Amino acid sequence: MQLFAQQLVNGLTLGSVYALVALGYTMVYGVLRLINFAHGELFMLGAYLTLSATTVLGLGSASALGGAPAAGGGNVWQGAVLFLVIVAIGVAVAVAAVGLALERIAYRPLRHSTRLAPVVSALGASVFLQNAVMLIYGPRYQVLPEGLLPAWSAPVFGIEITLLQFVILGISVALMVGLYLFVQRTALGMAIRATALDHEAARLMGIKVDRVIQWVFVLGPALGAVAGLLIGLYYRQINFTMGWTYGLRAFTAAILGGIGNIPGAMVGGLLLGLLEAMGSGYISVAWKDAITFFVLILILIVRPTGLLGERVAEKL
Amino acid sequence: MRHAWLWVAAAGVAWALFPVVVRNAYWIDVANFYGIYALLALSLNLIVGEAGLFNLGHAAFYAVGAYTTAILNTRFEIPTLVLLPVSFAVAAAAGAILTRPILHLRGDYLAMVTIGFGEIVRIALTNNLFGLTGGPNGIFGIDRPVLGSFTIRQPAHYFHLIWVIVAATIWITLRLQRSRIGRAWNYIREDEVAAQAMGIDPVRVKLLAFVLGAGLAGVAGSLYAARMTVIAPERFNFWESVVIFSMVVLGGPGSIPGVMLGAFAMWVLPELFREFAQARMLVFGAAMVAMMVFRPEGLWPSALWLRAARAYREVGPAPEATSSTAQANSPIEGMAAPGPQTRGSAHG
Repeated sequence: MQLFAQQLVNGLTLGSVYALVALGYTMVYGVLRLINFAHGELFMLGAYLTLSATTVLGLGSASALGGAPAAGGGNVWQGAVLFLVIVAIGVAVAVAAVGLALERIAYRPLRHSTRLAPVVSALGASVFLQNAVMLIYGPRYQVLPEGLLPAWSAPVFGIEITLLQFVILGISVALMVGLYLFVQRTALGMAIRATALDHEAARLMGIKVDRVIQWVFVLGPALGAVAGLLIGLYYRQINFTMGWTYGLRAFTAAILGGIGNIPGAMVGGLLLGLLEAMGSGYISVAWKDAITFFVLILILIVRPTGLLGERVAEKL
Repeated sequence: MRHAWLWVAAAGVAWALFPVVVRNAYWIDVANFYGIYALLALSLNLIVGEAGLFNLGHAAFYAVGAYTTAILNTRFEIPTLVLLPVSFAVAAAAGAILTRPILHLRGDYLAMVTIGFGEIVRIALTNNLFGLTGGPNGIFGIDRPVLGSFTIRQPAHYFHLIWVIVAATIWITLRLQRSRIGRAWNYIREDEVAAQAMGIDPVRVKLLAFVLGAGLAGVAGSLYAARMTVIAPERFNFWESVVIFSMVVLGGPGSIPGVMLGAFAMWVLPELFREFAQARMLVFGAAMVAMMVFRPEGLWPSALWLRAARAYREVGPAPEATSSTAQANSPIEGMAAPGPQTRGSAHG
């Protein structure tokens, strides 16, 4: 029972991060029918920029922004909150800029070519970003400073849930709900949905399709960057190849939920996290990715467009 | 036509003299691995280029071939050359068994599942499946190929073994392109519904592409095992599949000279720049983007593919490419009837 509860929390924590990354894949796919294989690298960039930000700001303990460590809890908490808000926004903005550049350079010229060309262009961009980070930061694992958040944990059902896990879950869920409301309730959100439905029709209705696509390349990478920050805080060790591994898992999550579908990406992410945690808790850590892919294939055999994906080919 | 064959024959003879002229073992080996990659690219071309099926897990079949040769050779001492056709058969069977249940999946979903297969195979090999694969260290001590009483040892001898097989594969691919099967593949690629209406069974045709493509990748794996005498699972990772996929798309899907050129660009060119080891891959990534941006149809596209790509650019995607609905091409219809199951899906 305790193992189950522990793996449940671990799974939800990881899964919410996967969901954040999966949103980037699914939104780009929704409007462009493009698998953005470089999205994992944007996530990785988020983690590395967090590392740089903490170094530049001289952070190393939770109190750095809020005053002396012993000066009472209040300051420590203030520091943590400030850190999360300032660094997260900075990193998200920087990565969004890279996302925009990526769209402009590697994807926009290929918008009307066959569907294979943009895939290779995306893979090339991914190789480029990976090696750029490797050249700048070096090929070895980098470690984020300790104590960026206060070491606090709460007992729930016989297990300890750390502040970090609360923060990861809280921020991810808040961002997901925020994005959902944004896409459902705002004019820009409606423009995104319209563009996803039909570029030409959207253009005829006065929607600036290029602008909408740019916004998608701002929102997705920004969410991915925050996910990179959260994973960096969670594991503290980061590497320039982490974009491949996490990107692949998040992309799996997007497919699992039905790619192009925003709630699908969220459900897929959480499910994938749970699957992985239960797989490594009850079966084997070495096989956990294989188990995940196996379940994905089974689901796709039964439901060819993912769990929440709409039925394609109904008319055919 | 006769002149074309003369040119091809002349090029073949010139290439056969490569190891005699270039006496550098390193560069002969670069040419050997170019041959293995050309074989892989030609085999994936049957699946991606001819039949238009997204396969991003081709390294799995490459691995099946390599491990078939390695296991049967080290355990039962079957000569590696005998294992060449055996590896073809085992990899082809793997292709049939793995892809049969998923052939109804469309475009990107198929890509995802093939990525999944690739990873499952790699993880299974790393975890020493049935105690046969040797775990992360792989298998070593694979015999070198033996022809009669002559053992192939030097890179120059491997060169001829590998390139004879590449030449045979090119010939087979050429024959296939002009056969009923080849044309059925192209119909399926261009418009699955129309092909079906003409009496083509899409599942059978797609399965055949996967069986042949996987089998040829198995031969490449077998050659790789024979050349290296050591194999390890990490060699057959997702990146390897990406490289093979890029060779086909960069070169020109469905075009044999294009695919050969793609394999050259992705394998030999980076070798030429080895001295810039650090920044090499950075430039490589940028070059992949640039090549696609400036030549989205590939370096040397086939006439058929070029025509399809041009049509795609002018008229827009074929209905199947984006979704099921036929009104995708017409803005007026698309606006009149964007029913709940039409295109797109970013809505909640």
